[in-house]
Amino acid sequence: MQDFFDIDSVLSEEERAVRDSVRQFVDERILPIIGDCYVEGRFPKEIIPGLAELGVFGANLPEEYGCAGLNNVAYGLIMQELERGDSGIRSFASVQGALVMYPIFAFGSEEQKKHYLPKMAAGEIIGCFGLTEPDFGSNPSGMSSMANEQPDGSWILNGAKMWITNGSQAKVAIVWAKTNGEKSDKSIRGFIVPTNTPGFTAKDQKGKLSLRASDTSELVFQEVRLPKDAILPKSGGIKSPLMCLTQARYGISWGVIGAAMACYEEALAYSTTRVMFGKAIGGFQLQQQRLAVMLTEIVKAQLVSLHLGRLKDAGTFTPQQVSFAKRNNCDIATDVAREARRLLGANGILAEYASMRHMANLESVYTYEGTHDIHTLILGQAVTGLSAFN
Amino acid sequence: MKIAVCIKRVPDMETRFKIAASGTAVDEAGLKYDMSDFDGYAVETALQLNEKQGPGETVVISLGPDVVQEQLRKALSMGADRAVQLKAERVPTDGLVIARALAAELKGGAYDLIFFGRQAVDSANATVGPMVAELLGLPCATAVSTLDIANGRGTARRDLEGAAEIVEFALPAVVTIDEGMPRARYPSLKGIMAAKKKPLEVKPAQLGEERLTLEKMELPPERAAGRIVGEGPGAVAELVRLLHTEAKVL
Repeated sequence: MQDFFDIDSVLSEEERAVRDSVRQFVDERILPIIGDCYVEGRFPKEIIPGLAELGVFGANLPEEYGCAGLNNVAYGLIMQELERGDSGIRSFASVQGALVMYPIFAFGSEEQKKHYLPKMAAGEIIGCFGLTEPDFGSNPSGMSSMANEQPDGSWILNGAKMWITNGSQAKVAIVWAKTNGEKSDKSIRGFIVPTNTPGFTAKDQKGKLSLRASDTSELVFQEVRLPKDAILPKSGGIKSPLMCLTQARYGISWGVIGAAMACYEEALAYSTTRVMFGKAIGGFQLQQQRLAVMLTEIVKAQLVSLHLGRLKDAGTFTPQQVSFAKRNNCDIATDVAREARRLLGANGILAEYASMRHMANLESVYTYEGTHDIHTLILGQAVTGLSAFN
Repeated sequence: MKIAVCIKRVPDMETRFKIAASGTAVDEAGLKYDMSDFDGYAVETALQLNEKQGPGETVVISLGPDVVQEQLRKALSMGADRAVQLKAERVPTDGLVIARALAAELKGGAYDLIFFGRQAVDSANATVGPMVAELLGLPCATAVSTLDIANGRGTARRDLEGAAEIVEFALPAVVTIDEGMPRARYPSLKGIMAAKKKPLEVKPAQLGEERLTLEKMELPPERAAGRIVGEGPGAVAELVRLLHTEAKVL
C-alpha cells in the first residue's frame, strides 16, 4: 500500500530489504493458494521449506544458532508481511520463533540450544507451545498440568492443553507445567517434550470458523515419562511463559497491521473500479470516510509498532507497552477488515476476496495471546496501580 | 569460474507512469525500483553455475548514481561475492557510452563469462551486452534460454519465433540471458545480513560524449472508447458497413 507517512524513510536499507523479500515470497507463494487453503481448512505445509530457506523462523535470534540475527524492527516487518498473507501463516511463524525457539534460547541449556535451534530455523523440526488449558485461558497461573520428578531424575507429566497452534504437526512441544505437586505458580517449569513420547496425544480441534488455514489442537499427557534433560533449566515460575508471550505479542502487534493493509488495499482497489450510480464508488463520501479511517488507523498502528520495536532493540521496552500495541493494533485491524468487507458489498463475502477471511481470522488474534479485555486490565493496572484481576 | 553480471536499476514496470516536467524522463515520485527482471535471471544463472561448478567468484556491476547500490546489495544478498558501482550522475541514453565504461572495468578482470539481461525492461534497447562483447573482442550469445558450460566452451539455446538455435562458443564470452533461465531467488534474511559485510567498490564511470540523446518522452495516445453499434443479428449489417467504410479492414 501507499506509504502515506513516508515511514520507509525511517527504516534502514536492510529492514526494507527484509520486508521486500518476504513480501515477494508472500505475493508469489502464499496469496495464490491461501483462499483455497482457508476454504479447505488446510495449513499449507508445502510452504515450510520456502519459509525456512528465506530464514523467517526465529529471525531475531543469533546467527550462531543458525538464525538470521535480525533486529526486532526487521522481525516485526516479517510478521507484517506474513499476516498480509494470512493470520494462520503468521501464527505458524510466531509459534515456531517466539514461543518455541525463544524459550529454548532464553531458558535452555547450551546443549538444548545447539541441538534444537538450527534444526528449527531450517524448518526440520516444527514446534508448538502448550500453556493454555481447557479451564485456564486468561489465568494461566491456575494451570493443573503437573510434572513430578522421579528418584532417577526423570519426570512424569500429566495434564491437558488446548488451543495449541501447530499441535498436530509438531515434533516437539514446549509444555508448561507445575512441578512436584506444588500448587503455586512459582513451581511452573518448561519442558521440551518430543511429541512421539508414549502418552502424548494431539487431536485437531474441529469446527473452526477462523484461522482455518492453521492447525489448532488439543494436547493430552498421560503418564508421559521425560528424561532428566527435558526440563528448560533456566525456566522458573509463571514469569517464564509470560516472557514468551511478550515476544509473541510484539510480533502480533506487527502482524495484524499486515492483515489490515491487505484489507485496505483490496477495498481501495475495489472502490476505484466498482461503478454504481454511474461512478466509481470511491467517489462517494461514505466510502471515502471508510477509506480515510482505515488509512489513519493503519498508519497510527505502524508508528506504534515501529517505536515499540526501536524500544525493544534498545532493551528498554516493557510488557505493558507490548500490551498497549497488541490491544490497539488487533482492535483497529478487526475494524479495518470489517469495514473493508462492507465496502466490497456482496463480493466481500467471497473467499475470492481476502477481507472476510482476514476479518474472521482477526477475531482469533483479538482473542489469543491475552484477550483484548485482559490487555485493557493490564493497562488499567499500569496507570492506576490497582489490579482489577482479583 | 569468474563471472561478471552487469545489472540495471529500473522502475517497477507495473506503475502507471507520468512524464516529468523536463519532458525527457518519467516522474520518479512514488516509484519503486528493482533490478531489471532479465538481470535477475542473469545473477541467478551466475550463482547456480558457480554453486554447481565449485569455487568461483560472482561480481555484480552497475553504472549509475548511488541509488544503484540498493540493487547491487540485493545481488550480494542473493549470494554474489562483491559489487562494483561505476558512479555516474545518471545512466546515459547512448548505449555505446555505457558499454565503453563497462568494457573499461571488465577488461582487466579476467572474467570467464560476462552476463547481461537480454534487455533492460525499461529502455528495452538490448544493445549494451553485444557492444561490450564487440569492444572486448569476445563472442556474444544473445537472448539465451539455456546454457551449459564444459571444458572451456559454452552451449546455449536461443528461442526464436517459431524455431530455436543452438549456438556454441569459446570462453571467455558475453552472454545475454532471456526467460527460460532460472528465476532470481528470494534474497534470504541471512543473505541480507551477510551482504552488509561484502565489498562494494565505488569507482567513477569513464563516460565519453553521447552521440545519441533523448529528446522527448511521451505517453502513448489514450485509446478511444469503443462503440456499440447495436445488438443481435440486426446489428451485423451495420457492423460490416462500418468495418468496410470506417475501419477499412474489410
